[in-house]
Amino acid sequence: MASEKQYIELYQQAREMIFSHAPEAMNAVRDQAFEDFKAKGFPSKKVERYKYTDIQKLFEPDYGVNLSRLQIPVDPYETFRCDVPNLSTNLYFVVNDMFYSGERREVRGERIPLANPQLPEGVIVGSLKDHFSLHSPLSTLLSKYYAKLAKTSEDAVTALNTMLAQDGLLVYVPKNVKVDRAIQVINILKATPQNAQRQVPDLMVNRRVLIILEEGAEIKMLFCDHAADDRNFLATQVIEAFVGDNASLDLYCLEETHYKNVRVSNVYIDQQANSRANHNVITLHNGVTRNKLDLTFSGEGAECACYGCVIADKEQHVDNNTLITHKVSHCTSNELYKYVLDDKSTGAFAGRVLVEHGAQKTTSQMTNQNLTATKEARMYTQPMLEIYADDVKCAHGSTVGQLNDAALFYMRQRGISLKEAKTLLQNAFINEVIDKMQLEPLRDRLHHLVEKRFRGELNKCEGCRLCK
Amino acid sequence: MLEVKNLHAKIGDKEILKGIDLVINDGETHAIMGPNGSGKSTLSAVLVGNPLYEVTEGEAYFNGKNLLEMKPEDRAHEGLFLSFQYPVEIPGVSMTNFMKAAINEKRKYQGLEPMNAAEFLKLQREKRKIVELDSKLANRSVNEGFSGGEKKRNEIFQMAMLEPKLSILDETDSGLDVDAMRIVAEGVNKLQTPETSCIVITHYDRLLEMIRPQFVHVLYKGKIVKTGGPELAKEIQEHGYDWIKEEIGEE
Repeated sequence: MASEKQYIELYQQAREMIFSHAPEAMNAVRDQAFEDFKAKGFPSKKVERYKYTDIQKLFEPDYGVNLSRLQIPVDPYETFRCDVPNLSTNLYFVVNDMFYSGERREVRGERIPLANPQLPEGVIVGSLKDHFSLHSPLSTLLSKYYAKLAKTSEDAVTALNTMLAQDGLLVYVPKNVKVDRAIQVINILKATPQNAQRQVPDLMVNRRVLIILEEGAEIKMLFCDHAADDRNFLATQVIEAFVGDNASLDLYCLEETHYKNVRVSNVYIDQQANSRANHNVITLHNGVTRNKLDLTFSGEGAECACYGCVIADKEQHVDNNTLITHKVSHCTSNELYKYVLDDKSTGAFAGRVLVEHGAQKTTSQMTNQNLTATKEARMYTQPMLEIYADDVKCAHGSTVGQLNDAALFYMRQRGISLKEAKTLLQNAFINEVIDKMQLEPLRDRLHHLVEKRFRGELNKCEGCRLCK
Repeated sequence: MLEVKNLHAKIGDKEILKGIDLVINDGETHAIMGPNGSGKSTLSAVLVGNPLYEVTEGEAYFNGKNLLEMKPEDRAHEGLFLSFQYPVEIPGVSMTNFMKAAINEKRKYQGLEPMNAAEFLKLQREKRKIVELDSKLANRSVNEGFSGGEKKRNEIFQMAMLEPKLSILDETDSGLDVDAMRIVAEGVNKLQTPETSCIVITHYDRLLEMIRPQFVHVLYKGKIVKTGGPELAKEIQEHGYDWIKEEIGEE
């Protein structure tokens, strides 16, 4: 229980402070989360779903946690310009784990009001804390959803996040409302205030996202993770998404952080009848990343597509772990994850599809394909099917291989250098999964970013001044 | 153009080329014939630097430069081109991007700026006509889903784009119907200049009737055992290789 100890002590000592800076609804589940965390402790590598990432070790170092909710004065518009060109989005910022509510920004020496994104009536994208605190009918509704999918008794990181999270992002789309413009949320990690004189500690943040789509609602969400200074970061993230009947959720998580960043993300998606969900996770630059997806079909006729692409080198580590539960019949799930691992990087993919009793006419496809560019790169892959129904169509498979020598030579004979030939082939390999992603401007952008990444030109985030 | 002296090469532990001597001058077309397994494709692979083969002895000079010391891509930049017997499919890399990369790397090698997009597209359009290649193929992945004939025509299209000094056609006629062979042969002929040379590896006289080499070599067991004019190809077509094997004292 070595690495848990500091968090247990922190909670016991700072409980009052945590409570005082957080809304009631989040506090209501906090003590239980603490009990669950204490009882469970971080999983060791002997725990099946965590066998490829050493969670205990990741949480061992001493990180600062901003429990008193000190505003780190950051103007995200100033530090950050990593937009996706041609993608007209409604842009939001989460600085560390706080929803950025700066209302004005400085442009060429002038303070102008922050453009208020136009959202259809009734749609909410904002701070969990603010909306919980309103004591409106909506806040009562929110309490019904908060921390329901993300069960603290089942995952220690989810428990830790629930016990420490004080704010987060709320996305609410009322019945039959379609949000056409994608919502882009830039998660910025920043430990050092601008013009800071003193040394600041490494930082742990606990991000929380609650997405509620009522019947027939539609939204596209793009989360971009960036680290804006050169500190060690540990970011936990819990995203809960309720996708109502006939609703549609398009979720993209793009990570472009740096090698000192640890990300442990748990995404929970519940799909009601005839709903659609796309879960896309792209790791372009990172330190240690663990992405867990738990997706459950609760209503018939629903569909999901889960796409992942990972590019890693040096000693980066990326672990994607998915569990898709077909509770009911007539649902379709599709997974494709592709990795390119260079240098001494390690990748892991463990996917499990669980088809429960009575979930007849399930269609499920899971594919994981990987390229290892060196002898030192390691890929662990574990596609799993568990089927308790007898009328289903399920397939799963995985491959680990190297670039095709015949293709490389063919290209070299045409005058393309070995390096360029490798880049072209790796690009082609990754593009297969990017081409499946729905958001077209993002797709174009990703083609560009992936190419730069393979050329070694993409250092952390593009456009971020601090990284240059 | 090309001077090969006593070239020996092996793949794994198997020695395939056992002392090849070959001189090709500017503007010449040479045919290389020979029974299966005699080393024809190995010779072409070694000349373009396929890493699967190891040269154990001998020399090869290309326009005065030591070919065997050059990387495959530099051999290409110097003007050496191989039309592959089995063109490789490259899923996910479009023909256009592939050709653009090839052209621009060559230009870089020559100290030139990359070709601009409009110029490139124009060039591509012109060269496609030479082999009557469908423009739709430009957006497809390299050779992926191409018919046998399209693959071979695509090789000659690439040759046209890259304007090599010495082209090696490795069984470009195999698997082609009569019309496709005519298109390929006419394409090759159009690209011939007094400054360029060509090596045609083939089993059949038909392609040679259209391309008309000045020299025909017979490769057997890793050596050139006979050299003659176009009439040699005709003789082989009619009588096979046995009489040549007898001539050199075998069987």
